[in-house]
Amino acid sequence: MTTHSIKWFWFASPHTFYPLAGAIARICAALALVFGIAGAYVAFFVAPTDAQQGEVYRIIFIHVPAAWMSMFIYVVIAFWSALGLAMQTRLSAMMARALAPTGALFTFIALWTGSLWGKPTWGTWWVWDARLTSELILLFLYFGFMALQAAIDDRRRADRAGALLAIVGVVNIPIIYYSVQWWNTLHQGASVSFTRAPSMAATMLTGMLLVALAFWMYSIAVALTRVRCEIAEAQ
Amino acid sequence: MLDIARTLVWRDLLLALRRRSDIATALLFFIIVASLFPLGVGAEPNLLRAIAPGVIWVAALLSSMLSLGRLFAGDYADGTLEQLMLGAAPLGVVVAAKSFAHWVVSGLPLVLIAPVIALQYDVAAPLYGVLALSLLLGTPVLSIIGAIGAALTLGLRGGGVLLSLLVLPLYVPVLILGAGAVDMAAAGLSPAGQLELLAAMLIMAAAFAPWAVAAALRISAE
Repeated sequence: MTTHSIKWFWFASPHTFYPLAGAIARICAALALVFGIAGAYVAFFVAPTDAQQGEVYRIIFIHVPAAWMSMFIYVVIAFWSALGLAMQTRLSAMMARALAPTGALFTFIALWTGSLWGKPTWGTWWVWDARLTSELILLFLYFGFMALQAAIDDRRRADRAGALLAIVGVVNIPIIYYSVQWWNTLHQGASVSFTRAPSMAATMLTGMLLVALAFWMYSIAVALTRVRCEIAEAQ
Repeated sequence: MLDIARTLVWRDLLLALRRRSDIATALLFFIIVASLFPLGVGAEPNLLRAIAPGVIWVAALLSSMLSLGRLFAGDYADGTLEQLMLGAAPLGVVVAAKSFAHWVVSGLPLVLIAPVIALQYDVAAPLYGVLALSLLLGTPVLSIIGAIGAALTLGLRGGGVLLSLLVLPLYVPVLILGAGAVDMAAAGLSPAGQLELLAAMLIMAAAFAPWAVAAALRISAE
């Protein structure tokens, strides 16, 4: 058992992680390209045109995976933060720090593509829908996390303060989400419904999953590259 | 332990009383912000009645946030905070006591003055009670959650603006429930649901947030 745990922590040292991160980043970057091209092919050429929305619906191939990533990355940041606070590992804090810009980017992409989709479909760039609003607040949480880390010069303090904020944020996200949803139903009728056609065509789902995989690989590659920069800077 | 908490609350209140202008500034800020809205959106009574709960709550949010900077800054500057951290009392209790004192100084006056603002906005008289009750339950949550941000930004340059960026997104549920309670009552429905959720948030925040603040203080002051 002990040998097992030693193996686990072998790569917890930035020094040993550096070459591994480089190898994984290269593989993931290549995979991101492959999945991205496959996803784009399915999205543009295989998936049928939507009967009601026409071609504009194709934006969901970016929108939905970006929204998934935006939420998932925040949870991953909180996970690394908790690990970093509990285990005092420098690498965990570096991972959290490296993931934040990517998470913010995907949140922004989700909001932006959502509004591009909303204009022709709902006739408006923005509605105070529960999901849009909570996604916007998620973006603020990302900005807060990055701003706090940027404002603290001492690296150790910045890492630990950011970690605490990320954990407080992840505890609050469900509360924020449900309160916004409730506020939305209270203030306006169901003017906009996100429910799509109940049976999504299999090709559409395939396309979305391919793009989601591409985003995953991209996120891993970019985050690990950023971690490598952090390690190189720290040495 | 309770003795220490009581002493701390008393000390903080006494300090605030010695610098009365601090309390007055936060309260005046609240009144001024609330008075600016009619100048901006027009004095149409129906419109004012509709936006009153939201405006009053947003003003309360901002006013309570502005005074957060003082929560630990003074003690941090003169070394009291370090002594408190070294002391026998659990830091969570210390933080809870200080947050409570902060609420008495910055939140309670808002609860008392809010009905007067509501009067300016031509809100129906039966709603004053709901408004005051929602503020009474909600403003302590603002103080406790805000204390996390105040502790994290302790001694940082540009701490005030940063603090707002950290804390305001976390204030969203309180704003929604607080203003929602008054809206419900204005629509002739029972505001019990919102008020009960606010009370639940208060209990949760009071139970857990002080420990997060304590951890943040240890990070900031080490």
